[in-house]
Parts: sequence; structure tokens; C-alpha cells
Amino acid sequence: MNRRKIRVLVAKPGLDGHDRGARVIARALRDAGFEVIYTGLHQTPEQVAETALQEDVDVVGLSILSGAHMTLVPRIKKLLIDNGMGEVLMVVGGIIPGDDAEKLLKEGHAEQIFTPGDSLDRIIGYISSKF
Amino acid sequence: MHQLVTDLLNGNRRAAARMISHVENDDLIKRELLKELYPHTGKAYLIGITGAPGSGKSSLVDCLLQEMRNDGLKIGVIAVDPTSPFSGGAILGDRIRMQDHALDHNIFIRSMGTRGSLGGLSRSTREAIQVLDAFGKDIILIETVGVGQSEVDIVKTADTTVVVLTPAGGDSVQTIKAGIMEIADIFVINKADLPGTERTTTEINVMLDMKKEGGWRPPVVQTVSVQNKGINYLWESLQEHRIYMQESGTLENIRLERVKRELTDQVEFLLKNSVWNQVKEEIKLDRLVEEIARREKDPYSAASELLDKLNIFEQKAGEDG
Ligand SMILES: Nc1nc2c(ncn2[C@@H]2O[C@H](COP(=O)(O)OP(=O)(O)OP(=O)(O)O)[C@@H](O)[C@H]2O)c(=O)[nH]1
Ligand SMILES: [Mg+2]
Repeated sequence: MNRRKIRVLVAKPGLDGHDRGARVIARALRDAGFEVIYTGLHQTPEQVAETALQEDVDVVGLSILSGAHMTLVPRIKKLLIDNGMGEVLMVVGGIIPGDDAEKLLKEGHAEQIFTPGDSLDRIIGYISSKF
Repeated sequence: MHQLVTDLLNGNRRAAARMISHVENDDLIKRELLKELYPHTGKAYLIGITGAPGSGKSSLVDCLLQEMRNDGLKIGVIAVDPTSPFSGGAILGDRIRMQDHALDHNIFIRSMGTRGSLGGLSRSTREAIQVLDAFGKDIILIETVGVGQSEVDIVKTADTTVVVLTPAGGDSVQTIKAGIMEIADIFVINKADLPGTERTTTEINVMLDMKKEGGWRPPVVQTVSVQNKGINYLWESLQEHRIYMQESGTLENIRLERVKRELTDQVEFLLKNSVWNQVKEEIKLDRLVEEIARREKDPYSAASELLDKLNIFEQKAGEDG
């Protein structure tokens, strides 16, 4: 990787109660050479978008287990676009049914969606391949 | 004027964020941007927060932000976390404690990895400060990395340095890292809800009293940042120290020192660039290296001869080489 570090915001929007998965991802991303901004639990879409802006990230990774992905993901994507950050790579991980995933991808709310079956290597590999 | 600078001076937060990325990544445009920003800097007051890992630096910043906002101030925060020497990656987690302020547009928080720098700040922290200063922040809070590296950087960078300690528990304060006593303008004993607080406070006060020096005597402030206790005293102490720095003329002196360092750094930077660019063009360095390796020449005379051949001092050092 060159001088320019790829910055990733790992955020947990919504109400779900633990962030073990998000922490594991954050560590794996660090070990792959990314700068990970980690913001903890219970972030509102507005907080996620504003943090992405101030931290000038290249990637937003959302971890959503609460089932609220169909409202949270489009909302955050819209706020990012409003902030002039439409080009940010949006990656979502969580328990997301196939139909929902397809819809989110097709409507351009996210660039990629991962579910609990996906390996860490796959997730890191995908993000790395984009830079 | 560069569009990014115009936008930043107009209060555009995205422009400020982009600008910090440019300085962090050492982009070509960096020096041009910093040049245009410079006339707008020098107004912010810089407060450094240092202390052991987990002592509560980020929680204290979070509390201080509230106090400062109550006084109508605009604040920038730069929170530095260590970059992994193995992967070059980092987890920047200081923000977790500050997210209640994420939507306050008068606060701008930026996390930075040390990216190889060892003094507790990152290589570009100084420049990121310039950006937030020009952006119009009244106060810039700088949280250093917690690891036991040397804290010298923060003293050179900040106008006021706060050292955060926690109740030493069974340990005596004597075990506190040497050097940390010297750099504090204000001591905070955070986690004052834990046992040993009074003893730690007393021991530090005794140590401070033994150093019979004139001038500023660092106060020792007890806080419980998770309960927002003692923060008003800390804020008062910060304001008192600022007044002391201004009235004693110390502030002016350290700022002159800082400018002098900036100038020296820039001269050295340009000189180095200019020399190496010419060397690349005019001198067969590989051959010289081989001659030295064969001991036909020594590096000391080779370096002098090399500089004699160049005419760097006659021509104007080209900007950016
Ligand atoms: N009991 C107690 N715990 C505290 C207090 N302040 C902070 N903590 C806890 O200490 C831990 C570390 O707090 P931070 O504010 O992240 O400390 P830090 O110095 O910024 O940590 P690093 O940036 O990782 O070096 C957290 O779990 C806090 O909840 C306090 O006043 N009392
Ligand atoms: Mg911290």
C-alpha cells in the first residue's frame, strides 16, 4: 500500500446490543493496513454520515443486526450523497435476507452486502480490491 | 486562491476534512494549500491532553467539549492513536467517547494514526492543527497516543499540556514515568472514584512543592470523567493557565520558538530537495557509492566534494524542488 492510507469508518447504526462482530472486522481491517475509525454502538444515520465527512473516509462499513437495514442503509447513503460523499464505498454486514440485499444493491444504496456466512478474508479481499 | 481554501474559510466542513487528508497523505498540493492558509492561522489556543493508555483522555475531552460549548467556543479535536508498525493500519477509537458531539457543527473531530512517528503525535498533527486553526476554531484539543512513548512532541506543540493520571492504587507515584512531571502544566487525577485518589494527589503535590521554581505551579485536579465530576475545575485551571501564559509573556515566547522551528524545518526541507534533485541530475551516485564501499574514498570527503560540485547556493532554491 502507498502513502495514501485507505480510511474506513466502521459503524453500528441502530439499536442492536453488541459490537463483537464490528470489532473483529475493525481489527482485521487494521491488520490489512487500513485506518479504521471506530465509533461504537447506537449511532444515528446522521452521526454516521457526519463522522464519515469529518474523518474523510473512503469506505463506510455498517454492521446491522437489528433488522432495520431497509431504513438505515438508504438513509445513510442519502446523507452521504447530500454531503458530497456519494462516491464513498458503502459496505453492509449483518443478518440481511437475500431479497433485501438484492434490493439495496439494485437501488444503489450499498456497493456490497455480507452476511454471517461470509469469511473475514472475503470481506477484506473485497474492500482491498476496490483500491 | 485554491477553491478548497476558499471553501474552508467559508466554513465548509468537507473542505476542512479534505484538506487534512491532503496534509496527512503528503499530497503534492499540500504546500500550496498550507501557504494560503497560513495568514489565517495563529488564533486558536492549543491544548494537549496526554497520559497513559486508558487513563481517560478521550472521556475528558468529551466532558471538556461540553464546558467549552457552554461558553460559546468553537472547538477542533485531533485524536491520535497508534499505527501498527506491522501492517501500517490502525484502529482509531478515541471518537467513541465523543460521539455525543458529532452533530454539533461548532465542533470538528479528526482521528489520526501516528503513521510511523514516535513522539506521541503523528507527523502531520502540526499541519492538521493549522487547518483547524484557519477553519476558525477557538480552541484545539489534541489527544496524544497513550502508549509509553516519549511525550516531547505535545509540549512543543501545545500552549497548555494536561497530563492525565489515575489513582496509583497500591503503587506509589514514584513509579510514574520519569519526564512526565516536567511536561505538565496541569495534572488531572482522573477516575477519582477509585481508591488511592487522595494519596496520589498528595504525593504529586509533594513532588511539585519540592521543585522550588518560580512561575506557574501546576494544579492537581481530581475528576471523574464518566460522571462529569470536577470538569468545571479543570476548565477553570485551563483558563487560568492560559491567562498566565499570556500575561507572563510565555505564550509569545513559545509561539516564536514554534515559528522558528517551522522556518528551520522548511529551510531544511527545501535545501534537501534542491540538493538531491541536482545530485540526481548531475552526479553518478551509484559510482560514488561503489568507490566508497571499496574504500577508495571516505563518505566524509565524498559528501563535501559532492556539495562543492553543486551550485545550490547560487540559484534560488526552487519551490518544491
Ligand atoms: N471508574 C472510572 N472509569 C473511567 C473514568 N474515566 C474513564 N473511565 C474508563 O476508562 C476507560 C478508558 O477511557 P478513555 O477515555 O477511552 O481513555 P483514554 O485515555 O482516551 O484511552 P486511550 O485513548 O485508549 O489511551 C473507559 O472504559 C472509561 O469508561 C472515571 O472517571 N472513572
Ligand atoms: Mg482515547
